[in-house]
Amino acid sequence: MENLPLEGALAVTFVRSLLAHANIVGIDATAAEALPNVQVITAADMDLGPFGPPPFPGLNPGMGHPLIAVDRVRFVGDIVAIVISDDRATGADAAELVSVDYDPLPALVSPHDAAKDEVLLFPDAGTNLATRTGSPEHDEKLFDGCDVVVSGTLVSQRMAPCPLEPRSAAAELGPDGRITAWLSTQTPHQDRMVLAGTLGLDPAQVRVVAPDVGGGFGAKMLNVEEVLVAWLARRLDRPVRWTETRSESMVALPHGRAQRLDFTLGGTKDGKVLAYRLESLQDAGAYPVLGAFLPNLTGLMASGVYAIPRIEFEGRSVVTNTTPISAFRGAGRPEAAQTIERALDVFAAELGMDPAEVRRRNFIPKDAFPYATVTHAVYDSGDYAGALELALRSVGYDDLRDEQRRRRAEGGATQLGIGISTYVEITNGIDETEFGEVEVTPDGGAIVRTGSFSHGQGHETTFAMIAADRLGMPVENVTVHKGDTDEVAKGTGTYGSKSTQIGGAAARLAADKVVEQAKQLAADYLEASPDDIVLDPALGRLHVAGDPAIALSWADLAARASADERLAELKAEHEFKSAPSFPFGAHVAVVEVDTETGRVELLRLVAVDDAGTLINPLIAEGQVHGGVATGVAQALYESFVYDDDGNPLTATFVGYAFPSAADLPSWEAVEMETPTPLNALGAKGIGESGTIGATPAVHNAVVDALAPFGVRNVDLPANGENVWRALQEAKA
Amino acid sequence: MTKIALTVNGSHCEADVEPRLLLAYFLRDELDLKGTNVGCDTTSCGACTVLLDGESVKSCTVLAVQADGCAVTTVEGLAQGDELHPVQQAFHERHALQCGYCTPGFVMATVSLLKENPNPSEAEIRDGLEGNLCRCTGYHNIVLAVQAAARAGA
Amino acid sequence: MISTAFEYARAATVDEAVALLGRDEDAKLLAGGHSLIPALRLRFSRPSLLVDIGRLDDLRFVREDGDRLAIGALTRHAELVRDPLLTQHCAVIAEAAALIGDPQVRHRGTIGGSVAHGDPASDLGTILLTLDAELVARGPGGERTIPAAEFFTGPFDTALEHQEMLTEIRVPKATGTYLKHVRRAHDWATVGVAAARVDGRMHVGLTSMGPTPLRARSVEAALADGASPADAAAHAADDTVPPTDSSASGEYRAHLARVLVRRALERL
Repeated sequence: MENLPLEGALAVTFVRSLLAHANIVGIDATAAEALPNVQVITAADMDLGPFGPPPFPGLNPGMGHPLIAVDRVRFVGDIVAIVISDDRATGADAAELVSVDYDPLPALVSPHDAAKDEVLLFPDAGTNLATRTGSPEHDEKLFDGCDVVVSGTLVSQRMAPCPLEPRSAAAELGPDGRITAWLSTQTPHQDRMVLAGTLGLDPAQVRVVAPDVGGGFGAKMLNVEEVLVAWLARRLDRPVRWTETRSESMVALPHGRAQRLDFTLGGTKDGKVLAYRLESLQDAGAYPVLGAFLPNLTGLMASGVYAIPRIEFEGRSVVTNTTPISAFRGAGRPEAAQTIERALDVFAAELGMDPAEVRRRNFIPKDAFPYATVTHAVYDSGDYAGALELALRSVGYDDLRDEQRRRRAEGGATQLGIGISTYVEITNGIDETEFGEVEVTPDGGAIVRTGSFSHGQGHETTFAMIAADRLGMPVENVTVHKGDTDEVAKGTGTYGSKSTQIGGAAARLAADKVVEQAKQLAADYLEASPDDIVLDPALGRLHVAGDPAIALSWADLAARASADERLAELKAEHEFKSAPSFPFGAHVAVVEVDTETGRVELLRLVAVDDAGTLINPLIAEGQVHGGVATGVAQALYESFVYDDDGNPLTATFVGYAFPSAADLPSWEAVEMETPTPLNALGAKGIGESGTIGATPAVHNAVVDALAPFGVRNVDLPANGENVWRALQEAKA
Repeated sequence: MTKIALTVNGSHCEADVEPRLLLAYFLRDELDLKGTNVGCDTTSCGACTVLLDGESVKSCTVLAVQADGCAVTTVEGLAQGDELHPVQQAFHERHALQCGYCTPGFVMATVSLLKENPNPSEAEIRDGLEGNLCRCTGYHNIVLAVQAAARAGA
Repeated sequence: MISTAFEYARAATVDEAVALLGRDEDAKLLAGGHSLIPALRLRFSRPSLLVDIGRLDDLRFVREDGDRLAIGALTRHAELVRDPLLTQHCAVIAEAAALIGDPQVRHRGTIGGSVAHGDPASDLGTILLTLDAELVARGPGGERTIPAAEFFTGPFDTALEHQEMLTEIRVPKATGTYLKHVRRAHDWATVGVAAARVDGRMHVGLTSMGPTPLRARSVEAALADGASPADAAAHAADDTVPPTDSSASGEYRAHLARVLVRRALERL
């Protein structure tokens, strides 16, 4: 919001806790308020309750997230005071001068320890368990009939989302008492409802405008900062603006992953998997929010692309003194894929079977769709064997195995590893609805208004293409509007890889309605029956069937309608709701591991990602590229780490290993389209697929490289140190 | 406060600035050139890259006072009227941007890279862009855009 | 983030810079700014006055001086990379400079600034220590030459007095190599190893293995006794205190040092 010309805006700077867990004894703002025009606000000055409503039912009600710490801080980064100043530099100076007297408490950083309930972070809640899912019951007979049973643990490590644009918010109280909030968000309409609810306002009194947003990846949904900015605008009756620094964002913007998965998998000696037990321990962070529910998705997707007849799943989410966990590109599904793919490889190694072959023996067959897994997911369409074959062919699998054999025989210090993942993921995972409106403009073009909110996904192009195609207009004549709750009536926003399949579908259906309405209007003007009017989409003309000379172009129709004040008849909206769809794919990673230093270099990554019909292949491929980079980053580079006192050790881009182009190869994205029957476009979501497929492929490749050394597992990220440690352990 | 005089995108400008003001914020807040973005605190992400006397620098790690007497080029200074600079054109055509926040930095770093190495290999491009971070694109199309710009003689 | 406020003065000559430093005990020199400004932004450093020496262009040079090369303290890393004299006579400096940070950083950072910062993770610091370089400093009392072995006194601490500034660095013509293990391309060294043949003896230096750049004296002694690269390299971590931090553990660093010393020696 630093780009917004906001006359007279005050700067907001948050004073944040440097301790992970402490009682607040007192706050002295005297020195800070001695700076010119500085005002300091604390919980004592505020009359707002906990942040609400809670994202989903089922969270421990005793673990509410206050907008500002009242008497206790629970993670490094927790807000304890707000500095208001004329400019950001003074705000930074004043924030340092706010003196907070803390009484430190022991910090709980490990979810494993938190789960013991020995130290309670919310004493009144009686437990550190925020929520649970699945069942703790173990069937003694689960692995009956299994010749081979393997088990292991995978820690899907905490990651920071790192959108290149840190968050920013501004708010202004209008003369009519309405609040306008400009937010760096993925969900403007939902934010409006929550802001209204939290501030005790009618939603009509709140306008949210999301301008250009520099990336979100699931983390940019309303958080306490945005509510506080809106509250401040009302309280101070002045426009206010806040922009977080990167160091601030690294601790204050919610994190992702942080699940520990314990798995046991059993099957026959012929490689058929019979049973799978998965236990997930989710670190929810200091205040449970959306992240606490991710194990629900992990459990739902536990069986992946395989027809596994018996599955047990339990998920527990516990609070710790760390940054809260929310959704981050994949949100619960990478964890499922990472584990089942690792488990399959461990199973394959135990059997001495090629990992591709083991997978073939367990795929849900192509003709079995819609397919209901025993975890109650209903997969719409898929061709898992086809995806794997395509990926293996594209990478030249057999030649790679030959080369690997040669290099192993030669015994050099650097060795090749080949890793496979075959995955399925759930998009539009909570059956959502999206809003689309199409309006013909006086010059014969069109505006699409969508409740989706593109922040890099290119809906401006894709949805314009969809509408232009249905209307028969040149795509340059169609513009897409989004992000302003005053202009777009409804919306859910963009996350969960759902936008094209519900937002694009809604726009398509709205465009179709406009065409029908246009036929009515054209019939009037052409003095024909509406049933006799057809649209020629190639020429963008409505004409009498069989007599193309009697026609009106969109420009003609719009001009006449405009003159007759009937343009509103060329406007329609549609809300489209759909069940989840299940994109899938196969990735193959080729790595070179320096077995002396442990260093891993990713040489190639072939990605087959099938998301049904691709409206704009260039944009879809871009989503795969970006998704894959994040998946690889989790496999090889990134990990957000705390010390035992809850101090973040990786809170800048120096400590946190976010890779550059020099650390990654080019991607080999291979197209495959198996349409879904769930919407007229045949489209599923693709935004998170690359991430979900890539991490297990790379992880498996590293372990594969080290197999001759007796290594069975490498901790994520599989960087030099973790590879070296795995080699040391195998020698011991 | 310290007086500075410099050329920005070919135009002369003078200002009185606090010594602690970073060049990035001088460009954004004093000159209203919002194209240069700040993405980190540790000189890591490169979103703030501009040209200082023709060489790429991270404007978040240069004080405005250090730019006194220098020529600064920001992303706003690349296009000629409505005609995009070949690097900009290549980024556009190759879909080398998604959210666009890191893009001005990548474009400026590319202009500097191609000036020093007009025909870089893929490895040289990737190494040449090691100072710029992107979360959206996975870098693949950025590399293609730089190659296209090089072929276009950027 | 935003730095605290400070005064600013630009020096037109070295003597002026020295005098300005004398004005205030919390004054600091500003050269390329790529060690200082990051520290300012995170408020790790809070100087009262910055003395800008960035315009002292007569301190940007590489000259031949018999069997040594003289490098001006304000020569930028990018200039070191391209310099023909360095490439011909002391290529290890040009090669190491090419590994520092990224192109934008290399356009601004200077050898003097990098070394005077006293960072144990400084690649050039290690190289100069390995080459037994001489660092020329000017202060209120005049000029003095500090041997590299005496220059690095502690983490971010050097033998420079408050009112001294580096003007020149003298290095021998030497063959050498620098191996830098990093997590990501533009990172500081997890471990760096410099090896160079100086006056017929093999010198080995280590980056990020202790509170300062270090010489691997045990390795050098073993080599002088006729040990093979592999046997000598086993001593790489002797007498070191490799740190444990968010990049790596001390244990792993020690292991890397042994591997990289062996590889560096084998390369030469």
